[in-house]
Amino acid sequence: MTADMLSHDLSLLTPELMLAGGAMALLMLGVFLKGAGTPRLVHLLTIGLLVAAGFAALFLTGDDGQAFGGAFVLDALAKYSKVAITLAAAVALLLALPYLESEKLSKIEFPVLVALAVTGMVMMVSANDLISMYMAVELQSLALYVLAAFNRDSLRASEAGLKYFVLGALSSGLLLYGASLVYGFSGSTGFNEIAIAVAGEPSIGLIFGLVFVICGLAFKVSAAPFHMWTPDVYEGAPTPVTALFASAPKMAAIVLLARVLLEPFGGMIDQWRDVIWIIAVLSMGVGAFGALTQQNFKRLMAYSSIGNIGYALVAIAAASQTGIWALLVFMSLYMISVVGTFGAMLSMRTREGMVEQISDLAGLAQTNPGLGWSLTALMFSIGGLPFFVGFFGKFFVVFSAVQSDLLILAVLAVLFSVVSAAYYLRIIKVMWFDAPEVNFVQPAMSIYWVTRVAGWSTLLLLPALGWMVYRAFSVGLDVL
Amino acid sequence: MLATLAFWAFSGVLIASAFMVVIARNPVRSVLFLILAFFSAAGLFVLLGAEFLAMLLIVVYVGAVAVLFLFVVMMLDVNFTELKQGFLSYLPLGAIVALILAGELVMIAMTWQTSPQAEALRAAATPEGMSNLEALGLILYNDYIYFFQTSGLVLLVAMIGAIVLTLRHKSGVKRQSVTAQVGRRREEAIEMLDIKPGQGIGE
Repeated sequence: MTADMLSHDLSLLTPELMLAGGAMALLMLGVFLKGAGTPRLVHLLTIGLLVAAGFAALFLTGDDGQAFGGAFVLDALAKYSKVAITLAAAVALLLALPYLESEKLSKIEFPVLVALAVTGMVMMVSANDLISMYMAVELQSLALYVLAAFNRDSLRASEAGLKYFVLGALSSGLLLYGASLVYGFSGSTGFNEIAIAVAGEPSIGLIFGLVFVICGLAFKVSAAPFHMWTPDVYEGAPTPVTALFASAPKMAAIVLLARVLLEPFGGMIDQWRDVIWIIAVLSMGVGAFGALTQQNFKRLMAYSSIGNIGYALVAIAAASQTGIWALLVFMSLYMISVVGTFGAMLSMRTREGMVEQISDLAGLAQTNPGLGWSLTALMFSIGGLPFFVGFFGKFFVVFSAVQSDLLILAVLAVLFSVVSAAYYLRIIKVMWFDAPEVNFVQPAMSIYWVTRVAGWSTLLLLPALGWMVYRAFSVGLDVL
Repeated sequence: MLATLAFWAFSGVLIASAFMVVIARNPVRSVLFLILAFFSAAGLFVLLGAEFLAMLLIVVYVGAVAVLFLFVVMMLDVNFTELKQGFLSYLPLGAIVALILAGELVMIAMTWQTSPQAEALRAAATPEGMSNLEALGLILYNDYIYFFQTSGLVLLVAMIGAIVLTLRHKSGVKRQSVTAQVGRRREEAIEMLDIKPGQGIGE
């Protein structure tokens, strides 16, 4: 490897290098600076680091290409996802700061672990080799297991961390087993070479391997029937950590799944489309019906995220440029709404402490109209009611499915969307029509603004969305 | 000739010490025989031309794993004679399982086929005129540098995680401060008082 090649390869990795180096530097800073303000300083610097990495992914990486002998790929899909992931994680950190300080959990390791998890996520969306895929997945999951159990004195958080760890390890095992089968039957770990091996008559071993890889990744995106860990982990983990779980890692894992299915295994679409079809329908069903009986807001959001991953899988099943475009639009809009909703959840603090039951929202529209309006808009948007942005996210997903002749899947997606609207509307009913019971204290500035901005963006993003649609269909799509 | 002799010597010691690991009454002896077995296996690797694996076996298995075993055996109060009591009664069943396993291994060995092109297709054949340590280093730090560094990051996360989840700072513990000790001066430590006889220092 010559110096020229190395510098070319490293320039593609600019955001990854910034994040990894920055995380280590901040760790050192936090260890050597002693003082009460250090955790806050490291926390704020990490937010800056994440935003800077997002900009680096957009502007500093140069041309698209592959690095390290095809182990790492940079294309439009990877670039877009990197920006979305870093920004979502930065907002999650912004939400976390006041929570950590009020719950006496503020430690320098929290932001550093988030930065390392984000490093893993941005590597996931660029993985172009079975080994780099697995390593990146492990890097992000390992950091997330620790974050889930970060409140180590809380029984629920420790349980959540342990549950997440054990099931995550199981899914990593499935992923590795599938990867080893794929390697054995295609003769290479690189996605470029696997694509060549798949182009011929796919062997039964490759199909087995692919199914195991899909199972492993379905665990990571919490798609049914691999969703069992989600409600417990979401409920037990500290709320800002749950906000992170529901946004950035989902994006990374679903983009990785899309890349694995469309690039190396694009030639086996007849084999995997049925698998994704079933997983998508199950996820939408579990998400829609599981959430109906939930009383805890965090558990409800867990089921909501399972359901929404189902819609994302519909876009993957479409297996077209439009499908990938719809996937990215849908996931971005979903992440914005989710972050806003968790901001609202973090505003649910009474004088005694945090509350998280849906019944605690009663009469919110009277006691705190600003928060009430924001949460109403967010619920409408996630529920996919016209004409909030979330509606168009789901609309494009269904559109891409219809375009690829997946009519039954499209109809099922719409039906489940109607069912799931019921529980979003239930929250709105509790907020607007029930008698107020508790009064929330004024939230911190960052939480206040994240909630309001996310709430407004459900309507204000519509022109931006229109511009994106115009560009996508006038210039033509070339995301993958 | 010498290599053949060394092979027989190493494999003989390996099998003998592996046997002793199982039958030694004292668990500490078992662990010590295990270390001998690792050393003999490392010798066999050297004979095969895999110096790196030999080194790794000694550093990792002898240096870390076996020592850990030793610690565990010495610190835990496990009565090994009690554990071994059912040995004879389970012997027939164990022997049958062992025979079946051995039969399966023989069947695999007999039906094993190697593709004629397999040798040429090896992903990382050792280049001419290069020791395998050098060749491994080149692969690890050239082709696989990305994976190598990523695994380093994974280990860093594991380390931070272990510290975050388990380390507790106790307050109210007096710790030694070397700098404070060394930086102490005579004037701070000693006070000269003029004590008259029969008076004492009590004020």
